[in-house]
Amino acid sequence: MSTPTQLGLSTSESDASSADPIVQFENVSVRFEGPPVLVDVSFRVAPGETRILLGPAGVGKSVLLKLANGLIRPDSGRIFLFGEEITSMPEKQLFRLRTRTGMVFQEGALFDSLTVRDNVGYQLMERHLPVGEIDDRVREALRFVELEHTYDMLPASLSGGMRRRVAIARAIIDQPELLLYDSPTGGLDPVTSTTIDELVVKERDVYGTPALLVTHRLQDAFTLATHRYDTPSNQMVPLPQGQTNPNTSFLVLYQGKVVFDGSTEGLVASQDPFLKEFLA
Amino acid sequence: MIFEFDKLDDLAKRTILAVQEYSLFCFQAVGNLFRAPHYWSDVLTQADMIGVGSLPIVVLTGFFTGGVLALQSAASLAQFGAQAYTGRFVSLSMIRELAPVLTGLMVSGRNASGMASELGSMVVTEQIDAMRALGTDPMKKLVTPRMLATVVMLFLLTIVSDTVGTAGGAFVAVVISAQNGTQYFDSAYQALVYSDLGQGLAKPLFFGFIISTVGCFFGMKTTGGTQGVGRSTTQAVVWASVMIIFMDFILSRVMLWIFPPI
Repeated sequence: MSTPTQLGLSTSESDASSADPIVQFENVSVRFEGPPVLVDVSFRVAPGETRILLGPAGVGKSVLLKLANGLIRPDSGRIFLFGEEITSMPEKQLFRLRTRTGMVFQEGALFDSLTVRDNVGYQLMERHLPVGEIDDRVREALRFVELEHTYDMLPASLSGGMRRRVAIARAIIDQPELLLYDSPTGGLDPVTSTTIDELVVKERDVYGTPALLVTHRLQDAFTLATHRYDTPSNQMVPLPQGQTNPNTSFLVLYQGKVVFDGSTEGLVASQDPFLKEFLA
Repeated sequence: MIFEFDKLDDLAKRTILAVQEYSLFCFQAVGNLFRAPHYWSDVLTQADMIGVGSLPIVVLTGFFTGGVLALQSAASLAQFGAQAYTGRFVSLSMIRELAPVLTGLMVSGRNASGMASELGSMVVTEQIDAMRALGTDPMKKLVTPRMLATVVMLFLLTIVSDTVGTAGGAFVAVVISAQNGTQYFDSAYQALVYSDLGQGLAKPLFFGFIISTVGCFFGMKTTGGTQGVGRSTTQAVVWASVMIIFMDFILSRVMLWIFPPI
């Protein structure tokens, strides 16, 4: 007899696998100078799915994320974004596709010379939307990350954690169809990391945007898998003991290869020596 | 011996690759002038930073260069009883050669370095990637406005330098060499022909293009963190200065061919 959670997981997984993937990698390899960074990497991100990309530092996680957005080209293999092959797509066409994604960079990558308002509303300003509409949407995005008071501030006057939150606001302002998080908690203290995790969970559970999240912090990864966002109390709460979010699954990279692709339970139960050591 | 050939081969390949990349970069920057979207407000901001920001150093350089030309030439010309030609000497030297080149070098030192360091910092902090991820072409948003602004503003700054250089010469001629001011300006004016002005005003267009594209090219190709930013900044100033002098030689030769001296 299956528990409701297990049923939910299987139904969701079945839905996810049958739907057209948002992102799909097929035997992707890339090398810069030196040994290959990624070797024959294949995986997919289904609609509504959050995939957490784990792996030791320097294993090629950020490279993989940039490949997914066409910021880097692979040496071989094929990459599909929203069903369109982007492997050799001209940059001009990629700009159009990228406006449908939101990306949070490792250190935030906010534009130094622009205020928080202009950073968050950048995409809307590029589309020449009315100033009033931009202001409203910027405030709404900043409210989501609870940083409305930083509206007129410059990035230099924000703390590391605040910059990441502004970066999240910038990524979500145009309601993207895919979110790419590059180590959003990297270099932050545990309390601030939890705040960022909470925002990622909130985004996932409120808007259901598919996401690919890179991290090397196991604690963050498992927080995302074992918590949900509680709207009435406006905070992240743990799922009942033994339950995990059905739409959150894991990819583990090691030595340029995907060594695990599956659910939280599968990851925890894995007997792979590297995974056991990595999770220990 | 084989090792030396390998190094030479590697250097040749890297040089050709760099020239190819720079050429493509320039084609793209120019091509963007004819492709939407256009960032006119960024052009104006850059024009203010490059043009108005460089005005004090260009005025000072031009004035004292004109002054020192008058000082040196007046002493030499006096030996032949030709002191009255000081104005002619200063205006021809300034307008044909010194104002465009010195203004170019000054603006290069100030702005090629500024562009390389600004864009280089944006590259190493992933701001350029963020811009691309937000659907904006950094070449259109950052490079083309800088190129257009530098070309236009260097042209105008050169005219300013011509003017203050001639005025600096006049100041020295009248105050120090006790020459007649009317005679100085008359000599300066009579010596000039349209080809001199054409030569002097064509050069800043090329120099402005060199300063902006070299500065932006090194900035956009920055690698290696903050150390890389410093390296790009130095390389941008060195290469822009060398290319300005080289281009000055080429242009002078071409201009002499187009407008042969009578």
